[in-house]
Amino acid sequence: MTADEAVSRLESGMTLGIGGWGSRRKPMALVRALLRTEITDLTVVSYGGPDVGMLAAAGRLRALVAPFVTLDSIPLEPHYRAARERGALTLTEIDEAMFMWGLRAAANRLPFLPVRAGLGSDVMRVNPGLRTVTSPYDDGETFVAMPALRLDAALVHVNRADRLGNGQCLGPDPYFDDLFCEAAEKAYVSCERVVDTAELTKEGPPQSLLLKRHTVTGVVEAPGGAHFTSCAPDYGRDEVAQREYATTPWPEFAGRYLDGRTT
Amino acid sequence: MTATRAEYCVIACAEAWRDAGEILASPMGLIPSLGARLARLTFAPDLLLTDGEAMLVRPDGTVEGWLPYRQHLALVTGGRRHVMMGASQIDRYGNQNISCIGDWEQPRRQLLGVRGAPVNTLNNPTSYWVPRHSRRVFVEKVDMVCGVGYDHIGYDHGAGARFHRIPRVVSDLGVLDFATPDHSMRLASLHPGVSVEEVAEATGFPLSVPADVPYTREPTAQELTLIREVLDPAGARVREVAA
Repeated sequence: MTADEAVSRLESGMTLGIGGWGSRRKPMALVRALLRTEITDLTVVSYGGPDVGMLAAAGRLRALVAPFVTLDSIPLEPHYRAARERGALTLTEIDEAMFMWGLRAAANRLPFLPVRAGLGSDVMRVNPGLRTVTSPYDDGETFVAMPALRLDAALVHVNRADRLGNGQCLGPDPYFDDLFCEAAEKAYVSCERVVDTAELTKEGPPQSLLLKRHTVTGVVEAPGGAHFTSCAPDYGRDEVAQREYATTPWPEFAGRYLDGRTT
Repeated sequence: MTATRAEYCVIACAEAWRDAGEILASPMGLIPSLGARLARLTFAPDLLLTDGEAMLVRPDGTVEGWLPYRQHLALVTGGRRHVMMGASQIDRYGNQNISCIGDWEQPRRQLLGVRGAPVNTLNNPTSYWVPRHSRRVFVEKVDMVCGVGYDHIGYDHGAGARFHRIPRVVSDLGVLDFATPDHSMRLASLHPGVSVEEVAEATGFPLSVPADVPYTREPTAQELTLIREVLDPAGARVREVAA
Protein backbone atom coordinates (compact mmCIF):
# COMPACT_ATOMS: atom_id res chain seq x y z
CA MET A 1 0.00 0.00 0.00
CA THR A 2 1.04 3.63 -0.16
CA ALA A 3 1.78 5.80 2.85
CA ASP A 4 -1.44 7.71 2.19
CA GLU A 5 -3.44 4.46 2.12
CA ALA A 6 -1.84 3.35 5.39
CA VAL A 7 -2.72 6.54 7.25
CA SER A 8 -6.24 6.52 5.77
CA ARG A 9 -6.85 3.59 8.17
CA LEU A 10 -6.12 5.84 11.14
CA GLU A 11 -8.63 8.03 12.94
CA SER A 12 -8.65 11.07 15.14
CA GLY A 13 -8.42 10.26 18.84
CA MET A 14 -6.34 7.09 18.36
CA THR A 15 -3.34 6.02 20.41
CA LEU A 16 -0.41 5.61 18.03
CA GLY A 17 2.93 4.00 18.79
CA ILE A 18 5.80 5.34 16.70
CA GLY A 19 8.97 3.24 16.44
CA GLY A 20 12.61 4.26 16.23
CA TRP A 21 14.48 6.18 18.92
CA GLY A 22 15.18 9.94 19.09
CA SER A 23 16.23 10.94 15.60
CA ARG A 24 16.95 7.37 14.52
CA ARG A 25 14.93 5.20 12.11
CA LYS A 26 11.71 7.15 12.56
CA PRO A 27 8.89 6.33 10.08
CA MET A 28 8.96 9.85 8.67
CA ALA A 29 7.24 9.03 5.36
CA LEU A 30 4.26 7.74 7.37
CA VAL A 31 4.38 10.74 9.73
CA ARG A 32 4.48 13.05 6.72
CA ALA A 33 1.46 11.27 5.23
CA LEU A 34 -0.32 11.57 8.56
CA LEU A 35 0.39 15.31 8.59
CA ARG A 36 -1.25 15.60 5.15
CA THR A 37 -4.53 14.30 6.61
CA GLU A 38 -6.88 16.06 9.00
CA ILE A 39 -6.35 13.40 11.69
CA THR A 40 -5.89 15.01 15.10
CA ASP A 41 -6.41 14.59 18.84
CA LEU A 42 -3.81 11.82 18.87
CA THR A 43 -2.09 10.16 21.81
CA VAL A 44 1.43 9.29 20.70
CA VAL A 45 3.63 6.71 22.44
CA SER A 46 7.23 7.23 21.40
CA TYR A 47 10.91 7.30 22.32
CA GLY A 48 10.46 10.77 20.94
CA GLY A 49 12.20 12.52 18.09
CA PRO A 50 11.04 14.72 15.19
CA ASP A 51 7.92 12.55 14.87
CA VAL A 52 6.73 14.08 18.13
CA GLY A 53 8.04 17.55 17.28
CA MET A 54 6.19 17.68 13.97
CA LEU A 55 2.89 16.34 15.27
CA ALA A 56 3.11 18.77 18.20
CA ALA A 57 3.97 21.71 15.95
CA ALA A 58 1.02 20.85 13.71
CA GLY A 59 -1.32 20.72 16.71
CA ARG A 60 -2.22 17.04 16.19
CA LEU A 61 -1.19 15.82 19.64
CA ARG A 62 -3.60 15.68 22.50
CA ALA A 63 -1.27 13.61 24.64
CA LEU A 64 2.21 12.15 24.62
CA VAL A 65 3.67 9.16 26.45
CA ALA A 66 7.46 9.42 26.38
CA PRO A 67 10.65 9.25 28.48
CA PHE A 68 12.31 12.01 26.39
CA VAL A 69 12.12 13.88 23.11
CA THR A 70 15.41 14.63 21.33
CA LEU A 71 17.00 15.11 17.93
CA ASP A 72 20.24 13.47 19.23
CA SER A 73 22.72 15.83 17.54
CA ILE A 74 20.41 18.67 18.61
CA PRO A 75 19.68 17.61 22.20
CA LEU A 76 16.44 19.55 22.72
CA GLU A 77 13.62 19.17 20.16
CA PRO A 78 12.61 22.79 19.51
CA HIS A 79 9.01 22.24 18.36
CA TYR A 80 8.21 19.81 21.17
CA ARG A 81 9.80 22.20 23.62
CA ALA A 82 7.67 25.10 22.39
CA ALA A 83 4.51 22.98 22.65
CA ARG A 84 5.31 22.00 26.24
CA GLU A 85 6.18 25.55 27.22
CA ARG A 86 2.82 26.80 25.98
CA GLY A 87 1.05 23.90 27.71
CA ALA A 88 -0.27 22.52 24.44
CA LEU A 89 -0.28 18.81 25.29
CA THR A 90 -0.83 16.36 28.11
CA LEU A 91 2.36 14.53 28.98
CA THR A 92 2.75 11.10 30.54
CA GLU A 93 6.44 11.25 31.39
CA ILE A 94 7.88 7.85 32.24
CA ASP A 95 11.33 6.33 32.43
CA GLU A 96 12.90 4.53 29.43
CA ALA A 97 12.69 1.16 31.17
CA MET A 98 9.10 1.71 32.34
CA PHE A 99 8.23 2.51 28.73
CA MET A 100 9.76 -0.76 27.49
CA TRP A 101 7.97 -2.79 30.16
CA GLY A 102 4.71 -1.06 29.26
CA LEU A 103 5.12 -2.23 25.66
CA ARG A 104 6.09 -5.73 26.83
CA ALA A 105 3.00 -5.92 29.03
CA ALA A 106 0.79 -4.95 26.09
CA ALA A 107 2.52 -7.44 23.78
CA ASN A 108 2.03 -10.18 26.39
CA ARG A 109 -1.63 -9.27 27.09
CA LEU A 110 -0.75 -8.49 30.70
CA PRO A 111 -2.34 -5.56 32.57
CA PHE A 112 1.06 -4.53 33.96
CA LEU A 113 4.59 -5.70 34.63
CA PRO A 114 6.62 -4.96 37.76
CA VAL A 115 9.62 -2.70 37.29
CA ARG A 116 12.29 -1.41 39.64
CA ALA A 117 12.10 2.15 38.34
CA GLY A 118 10.13 5.28 39.06
CA LEU A 119 9.85 4.90 42.83
CA GLY A 120 11.41 7.80 44.69
CA SER A 121 11.34 9.95 41.56
CA ASP A 122 8.83 12.59 40.49
CA VAL A 123 7.60 10.20 37.80
CA MET A 124 5.25 9.07 40.60
CA ARG A 125 4.22 12.67 41.38
CA VAL A 126 3.41 13.63 37.79
CA ASN A 127 1.63 10.32 37.07
CA PRO A 128 -0.68 9.96 40.07
CA GLY A 129 -2.42 7.03 38.37
CA LEU A 130 0.65 4.79 38.65
CA ARG A 131 0.23 1.98 41.17
CA THR A 132 2.78 -0.15 42.98
CA VAL A 133 2.87 -3.89 43.57
CA THR A 134 4.59 -5.80 46.36
CA SER A 135 6.42 -9.03 45.71
CA PRO A 136 4.41 -11.99 47.08
CA TYR A 137 7.67 -13.82 47.87
CA ASP A 138 9.93 -13.49 50.89
CA ASP A 139 11.78 -10.40 49.64
CA GLY A 140 8.60 -8.32 49.87
CA GLU A 141 10.04 -5.57 47.65
CA THR A 142 7.73 -2.94 46.18
CA PHE A 143 7.80 -2.17 42.48
CA VAL A 144 5.99 0.08 40.08
CA ALA A 145 3.21 -1.86 38.32
CA MET A 146 3.84 -0.44 34.87
CA PRO A 147 0.52 -0.55 33.01
CA ALA A 148 0.38 -2.00 29.51
CA LEU A 149 0.89 0.57 26.75
CA ARG A 150 -1.78 -0.70 24.38
CA LEU A 151 -1.76 0.89 20.95
CA ASP A 152 -4.51 1.28 18.38
CA ALA A 153 -1.85 1.36 15.70
CA ALA A 154 1.92 1.28 15.36
CA LEU A 155 4.01 3.01 12.70
CA VAL A 156 7.57 1.77 12.18
CA HIS A 157 10.25 1.93 9.49
CA VAL A 158 12.73 -0.86 8.68
CA ASN A 159 15.28 -1.56 5.97
CA ARG A 160 13.56 -4.37 4.06
CA ALA A 161 10.23 -6.15 4.11
CA ASP A 162 8.34 -8.56 1.94
CA ARG A 163 4.76 -7.83 0.83
CA LEU A 164 3.38 -10.03 3.60
CA GLY A 165 4.88 -7.93 6.38
CA ASN A 166 8.01 -9.83 7.30
CA GLY A 167 10.26 -6.92 8.23
CA GLN A 168 14.04 -6.87 8.32
CA CYS A 169 16.27 -4.60 10.37
CA LEU A 170 19.79 -4.46 8.94
CA GLY A 171 21.13 -1.81 11.32
CA PRO A 172 22.80 -2.49 14.67
CA ASP A 173 19.84 -1.59 16.88
CA PRO A 174 16.28 -2.88 16.40
CA TYR A 175 15.17 -0.36 19.05
CA PHE A 176 11.71 -1.57 20.13
CA ASP A 177 9.97 -1.74 16.76
CA ASP A 178 8.87 -5.37 17.09
CA LEU A 179 7.36 -4.59 20.51
CA PHE A 180 5.46 -1.63 19.06
CA CYS A 181 3.94 -3.94 16.42
CA GLU A 182 3.10 -6.63 19.00
CA ALA A 183 1.52 -4.07 21.34
CA ALA A 184 -0.74 -2.67 18.59
CA GLU A 185 -4.08 -3.66 17.10
CA LYS A 186 -2.75 -2.72 13.67
CA ALA A 187 0.80 -2.07 12.53
CA TYR A 188 1.89 -0.21 9.39
CA VAL A 189 5.46 -0.81 8.35
CA SER A 190 7.34 1.29 5.86
CA CYS A 191 10.62 0.04 4.46
CA GLU A 192 13.46 1.17 2.24
CA ARG A 193 12.73 -1.62 -0.22
CA VAL A 194 10.11 -4.32 -0.63
CA VAL A 195 11.81 -7.57 -1.61
CA ASP A 196 10.76 -11.11 -2.40
CA THR A 197 10.56 -13.26 0.71
CA ALA A 198 13.47 -15.39 -0.49
CA GLU A 199 15.67 -12.28 -0.66
CA LEU A 200 15.32 -11.51 3.04
CA THR A 201 17.77 -14.10 4.31
CA LYS A 202 20.25 -13.33 1.55
CA GLU A 203 20.88 -9.81 2.80
CA GLY A 204 21.04 -10.47 6.53
CA PRO A 205 21.17 -13.24 9.13
CA PRO A 206 17.90 -14.79 10.42
CA GLN A 207 17.99 -12.65 13.57
CA SER A 208 17.68 -9.52 11.41
CA LEU A 209 14.09 -10.63 10.60
CA LEU A 210 12.66 -8.44 13.32
CA LEU A 211 8.98 -8.14 12.40
CA LYS A 212 6.72 -11.14 11.84
CA ARG A 213 3.90 -10.86 9.32
CA HIS A 214 1.18 -11.84 11.83
CA THR A 215 1.91 -8.58 13.70
CA VAL A 216 1.92 -6.39 10.58
CA THR A 217 -1.19 -5.01 8.86
CA GLY A 218 0.27 -3.18 5.90
CA VAL A 219 3.61 -2.64 4.18
CA VAL A 220 4.61 0.59 2.46
CA GLU A 221 7.65 0.83 0.21
CA ALA A 222 9.22 4.18 1.08
CA PRO A 223 12.82 4.67 -0.05
CA GLY A 224 14.34 7.31 2.20
CA GLY A 225 11.32 6.79 4.43
CA ALA A 226 13.19 7.65 7.64
CA HIS A 227 14.77 10.81 6.25
CA PHE A 228 16.05 13.10 7.81
CA THR A 229 16.53 10.66 10.68
CA SER A 230 19.11 7.89 10.33
CA CYS A 231 18.45 4.46 8.84
CA ALA A 232 21.64 2.46 9.27
CA PRO A 233 23.14 0.95 7.20
CA ASP A 234 21.20 2.48 4.29
CA TYR A 235 21.92 6.09 5.28
CA GLY A 236 22.93 8.26 8.19
CA ARG A 237 21.08 11.24 9.61
CA ASP A 238 20.82 14.21 7.23
CA GLU A 239 22.16 16.83 9.65
CA VAL A 240 21.66 19.69 7.20
CA ALA A 241 17.97 18.86 6.75
CA GLN A 242 17.54 18.30 10.48
CA ARG A 243 19.11 21.67 11.26
CA GLU A 244 16.78 23.28 8.74
CA TYR A 245 13.81 21.60 10.43
CA ALA A 246 14.99 22.76 13.84
CA THR A 247 15.56 26.37 12.84
CA THR A 248 12.64 27.01 10.45
CA PRO A 249 9.20 28.09 11.67
CA TRP A 250 6.96 25.04 11.31
CA PRO A 251 4.40 26.41 8.79
CA GLU A 252 7.20 27.38 6.44
CA PHE A 253 9.01 24.06 6.85
CA ALA A 254 5.77 22.10 6.49
CA GLY A 255 5.05 23.89 3.22
CA ARG A 256 8.31 22.59 1.78
CA TYR A 257 8.44 19.23 3.51
CA LEU A 258 5.07 17.53 3.53
CA ASP A 259 4.93 16.72 -0.17
CA GLY A 260 8.16 14.75 -0.19
CA ARG A 261 11.72 14.59 0.94
CA THR A 262 13.60 17.77 1.60
CA THR A 263 17.02 16.96 0.28
CA MET B 1 54.02 18.51 32.33
CA THR B 2 51.34 20.59 34.06
CA ALA B 3 47.81 19.29 33.84
CA THR B 4 44.99 21.58 32.73
CA ARG B 5 41.65 21.89 34.55
CA ALA B 6 40.00 19.76 31.87
CA GLU B 7 42.62 17.07 32.46
CA TYR B 8 42.01 17.06 36.21
CA CYS B 9 38.35 16.60 35.35
CA VAL B 10 39.21 13.61 33.15
CA ILE B 11 41.18 12.07 36.03
CA ALA B 12 38.35 12.74 38.50
CA CYS B 13 35.88 11.03 36.15
CA ALA B 14 38.21 8.10 35.48
CA GLU B 15 38.54 7.51 39.24
CA ALA B 16 34.79 6.83 39.39
CA TRP B 17 35.47 3.50 37.66
CA ARG B 18 38.46 2.41 39.79
CA ASP B 19 38.00 -1.15 41.08
CA ALA B 20 34.67 -1.38 39.22
CA GLY B 21 35.53 -4.79 37.76
CA GLU B 22 33.92 -6.27 34.65
CA ILE B 23 31.01 -3.88 34.27
CA LEU B 24 29.83 -1.40 31.66
CA ALA B 25 31.10 2.16 32.00
CA SER B 26 28.39 4.46 30.61
CA PRO B 27 29.79 7.98 30.37
CA MET B 28 27.61 10.81 29.04
CA GLY B 29 29.52 13.86 27.84
CA LEU B 30 33.02 14.18 26.41
CA ILE B 31 35.11 14.42 29.58
CA PRO B 32 33.39 11.44 31.26
CA SER B 33 33.99 9.49 28.03
CA LEU B 34 37.68 10.35 28.11
CA GLY B 35 37.73 9.36 31.77
CA ALA B 36 36.11 5.98 31.15
CA ARG B 37 38.46 5.17 28.29
CA LEU B 38 41.46 6.31 30.34
CA ALA B 39 40.38 4.05 33.20
CA ARG B 40 39.94 1.16 30.77
CA LEU B 41 43.43 1.72 29.32
CA THR B 42 45.12 1.94 32.71
CA PHE B 43 43.79 0.84 36.10
CA ALA B 44 40.41 -0.69 35.12
CA PRO B 45 41.20 -3.00 32.18
CA ASP B 46 38.10 -5.16 32.64
CA LEU B 47 35.63 -2.32 31.94
CA LEU B 48 33.19 -2.66 29.06
CA LEU B 49 32.67 0.37 26.82
CA THR B 50 30.15 1.15 24.07
CA ASP B 51 30.52 3.14 20.87
CA GLY B 52 27.65 5.33 22.06
CA GLU B 53 25.21 3.22 20.08
CA ALA B 54 24.67 -0.53 19.91
CA MET B 55 28.21 -1.91 19.94
CA LEU B 56 30.58 -2.87 22.75
CA VAL B 57 34.03 -1.76 21.70
CA ARG B 58 37.63 -1.83 22.86
CA PRO B 59 39.25 1.60 23.33
CA ASP B 60 40.67 1.37 19.79
CA GLY B 61 37.17 0.88 18.39
CA THR B 62 37.39 -2.89 17.79
CA VAL B 63 33.91 -4.35 18.21
CA GLU B 64 33.71 -7.02 20.92
CA GLY B 65 29.97 -7.28 21.46
CA TRP B 66 26.42 -6.19 20.71
CA LEU B 67 24.37 -4.11 23.14
CA PRO B 68 21.17 -2.72 21.58
CA TYR B 69 18.95 -0.62 23.84
CA ARG B 70 16.82 -3.56 24.99
CA GLN B 71 19.93 -5.39 26.23
CA HIS B 72 21.38 -2.20 27.63
CA LEU B 73 18.25 -1.79 29.77
CA ALA B 74 18.60 -5.38 30.98
CA LEU B 75 22.20 -4.65 31.86
CA VAL B 76 21.05 -1.62 33.87
CA THR B 77 18.57 -3.63 35.92
CA GLY B 78 21.12 -6.42 36.27
CA GLY B 79 23.32 -3.83 37.94
CA ARG B 80 26.56 -4.50 36.04
CA ARG B 81 27.03 -0.87 35.10
CA HIS B 82 28.23 2.45 36.48
CA VAL B 83 26.75 5.39 34.59
CA MET B 84 27.89 8.99 34.72
CA MET B 85 24.99 11.21 33.69
CA GLY B 86 24.68 14.95 33.21
CA ALA B 87 22.53 17.11 35.48
CA SER B 88 20.70 20.32 34.66
CA GLN B 89 19.99 20.57 38.39
CA ILE B 90 21.28 18.57 41.36
CA ASP B 91 20.54 19.07 45.03
CA ARG B 92 22.29 18.33 48.31
CA TYR B 93 20.98 14.75 48.50
CA GLY B 94 21.86 13.98 44.89
CA ASN B 95 18.42 14.34 43.33
CA GLN B 96 19.03 15.12 39.67
CA ASN B 97 16.87 16.87 37.08
CA ILE B 98 17.16 16.72 33.29
CA SER B 99 13.43 17.00 32.56
CA CYS B 100 12.33 20.61 32.82
CA ILE B 101 12.83 23.90 34.65
CA GLY B 102 9.89 25.41 36.47
CA ASP B 103 6.48 23.90 36.97
CA TRP B 104 6.23 20.47 35.31
CA GLU B 105 2.65 21.11 34.10
CA GLN B 106 3.80 23.97 31.92
CA PRO B 107 7.55 24.33 32.27
CA ARG B 108 9.46 27.52 31.86
CA ARG B 109 12.07 25.49 29.98
CA GLN B 110 11.41 22.02 28.66
CA LEU B 111 14.59 19.93 28.71
CA LEU B 112 15.20 16.32 27.63
CA GLY B 113 12.81 14.38 29.83
CA VAL B 114 13.55 11.90 32.62
CA ARG B 115 15.28 9.51 30.19
CA GLY B 116 16.69 6.53 32.14
CA ALA B 117 17.53 8.43 35.32
CA PRO B 118 14.81 6.79 37.46
CA VAL B 119 15.84 3.25 36.48
CA ASN B 120 19.55 4.01 36.60
CA THR B 121 19.52 5.35 40.13
CA LEU B 122 17.55 2.43 41.59
CA ASN B 123 19.64 -0.24 39.88
CA ASN B 124 23.27 0.66 39.35
CA PRO B 125 25.79 3.17 40.67
CA THR B 126 25.04 6.57 39.13
CA SER B 127 27.54 9.42 39.19
CA TYR B 128 27.13 12.87 37.69
CA TRP B 129 29.20 15.25 35.61
CA VAL B 130 28.63 19.01 35.74
CA PRO B 131 30.95 20.94 33.38
CA ARG B 132 30.01 24.34 34.85
CA HIS B 133 29.59 24.36 38.62
CA SER B 134 27.07 27.09 39.44
CA ARG B 135 24.10 27.93 41.62
CA ARG B 136 21.85 27.32 38.62
CA VAL B 137 22.88 23.65 38.67
CA PHE B 138 23.60 23.04 42.37
CA VAL B 139 20.21 24.03 43.75
CA GLU B 140 18.43 23.72 47.08
CA LYS B 141 15.65 21.67 45.50
CA VAL B 142 15.38 20.30 41.97
CA ASP B 143 12.24 21.13 39.96
CA MET B 144 11.70 17.50 38.89
CA VAL B 145 13.32 14.49 40.55
CA CYS B 146 14.60 12.32 37.68
CA GLY B 147 17.64 10.66 39.26
CA VAL B 148 16.69 9.64 42.80
CA GLY B 149 18.67 11.16 45.67
CA TYR B 150 19.43 9.75 49.12
CA ASP B 151 16.47 11.47 50.79
CA HIS B 152 13.99 9.82 48.41
CA ILE B 153 14.97 6.17 48.72
CA GLY B 154 13.05 5.46 51.89
CA TYR B 155 9.77 5.01 50.01
CA ASP B 156 9.64 1.33 50.89
CA HIS B 157 11.13 1.33 54.38
CA GLY B 158 14.56 1.36 52.86
CA ALA B 159 14.11 -1.41 50.31
CA GLY B 160 14.61 1.13 47.55
CA ALA B 161 18.14 1.59 48.79
CA ARG B 162 19.11 -1.97 47.87
CA PHE B 163 21.02 -1.04 44.75
CA HIS B 164 21.02 2.76 45.09
CA ARG B 165 24.39 4.49 45.17
CA ILE B 166 25.68 7.87 44.00
CA PRO B 167 29.45 7.45 44.17
CA ARG B 168 30.47 10.95 43.08
CA VAL B 169 29.62 14.20 41.38
CA VAL B 170 32.46 15.62 39.30
CA SER B 171 32.38 19.30 38.36
CA ASP B 172 34.86 21.68 36.82
CA LEU B 173 35.73 22.83 40.35
CA GLY B 174 36.11 19.57 42.23
CA VAL B 175 34.70 16.24 43.29
CA LEU B 176 31.72 15.87 45.60
CA ASP B 177 30.33 12.80 47.30
CA PHE B 178 27.74 11.81 49.91
CA ALA B 179 30.02 10.31 52.57
CA THR B 180 28.27 12.08 55.45
CA PRO B 181 26.00 10.64 58.16
CA ASP B 182 22.83 11.94 56.45
CA HIS B 183 24.15 11.44 52.89
CA SER B 184 24.17 15.15 52.16
CA MET B 185 26.71 16.41 49.67
CA ARG B 186 30.30 16.79 50.78
CA LEU B 187 33.28 18.40 49.12
CA ALA B 188 35.61 15.44 48.53
CA SER B 189 38.40 17.13 46.60
CA LEU B 190 39.26 20.41 44.92
CA HIS B 191 40.85 20.58 41.51
CA PRO B 192 44.22 22.35 41.95
CA GLY B 193 43.76 26.11 41.66
CA VAL B 194 40.25 26.09 43.15
CA SER B 195 39.42 27.25 46.71
CA VAL B 196 36.78 26.01 49.12
CA GLU B 197 35.23 29.49 49.03
CA GLU B 198 34.92 29.35 45.26
CA VAL B 199 33.01 26.05 45.42
CA ALA B 200 30.79 27.26 48.27
CA GLU B 201 30.02 30.44 46.34
CA ALA B 202 28.98 28.45 43.25
CA THR B 203 26.76 26.05 45.23
CA GLY B 204 23.16 26.92 46.05
CA PHE B 205 23.07 25.04 49.37
CA PRO B 206 25.44 24.58 52.32
CA LEU B 207 28.02 21.95 51.49
CA SER B 208 29.62 19.71 54.05
CA VAL B 209 33.29 20.69 54.03
CA PRO B 210 35.86 18.58 55.91
CA ALA B 211 38.61 20.36 57.87
CA ASP B 212 41.17 19.25 55.32
CA VAL B 213 39.98 19.06 51.73
CA PRO B 214 42.49 17.24 49.52
CA TYR B 215 43.27 18.20 45.97
CA THR B 216 42.17 15.97 43.09
CA ARG B 217 45.15 13.71 42.41
CA GLU B 218 47.73 14.55 39.78
CA PRO B 219 47.62 12.61 36.53
CA THR B 220 50.63 10.40 35.93
CA ALA B 221 52.90 11.18 33.01
CA GLN B 222 51.51 8.11 31.23
CA GLU B 223 47.92 9.28 31.78
CA LEU B 224 48.67 12.76 30.43
CA THR B 225 50.25 11.25 27.35
CA LEU B 226 47.24 9.00 26.81
CA ILE B 227 44.81 11.92 27.17
CA ARG B 228 46.80 14.24 24.91
CA GLU B 229 48.08 11.87 22.25
CA VAL B 230 45.70 8.92 22.15
CA LEU B 231 42.25 9.79 23.52
CA ASP B 232 41.83 13.45 22.59
CA PRO B 233 44.64 14.59 20.29
CA ALA B 234 42.41 17.33 18.83
CA GLY B 235 41.97 18.86 22.30
CA ALA B 236 38.17 18.86 22.23
CA ARG B 237 38.15 18.65 26.06
CA VAL B 238 38.83 22.38 26.39
CA ARG B 239 35.47 23.04 24.74
CA GLU B 240 33.77 21.33 27.71
CA VAL B 241 36.03 22.80 30.40
CA ALA B 242 38.24 25.78 29.52
CA ALA B 243 41.89 25.47 30.52
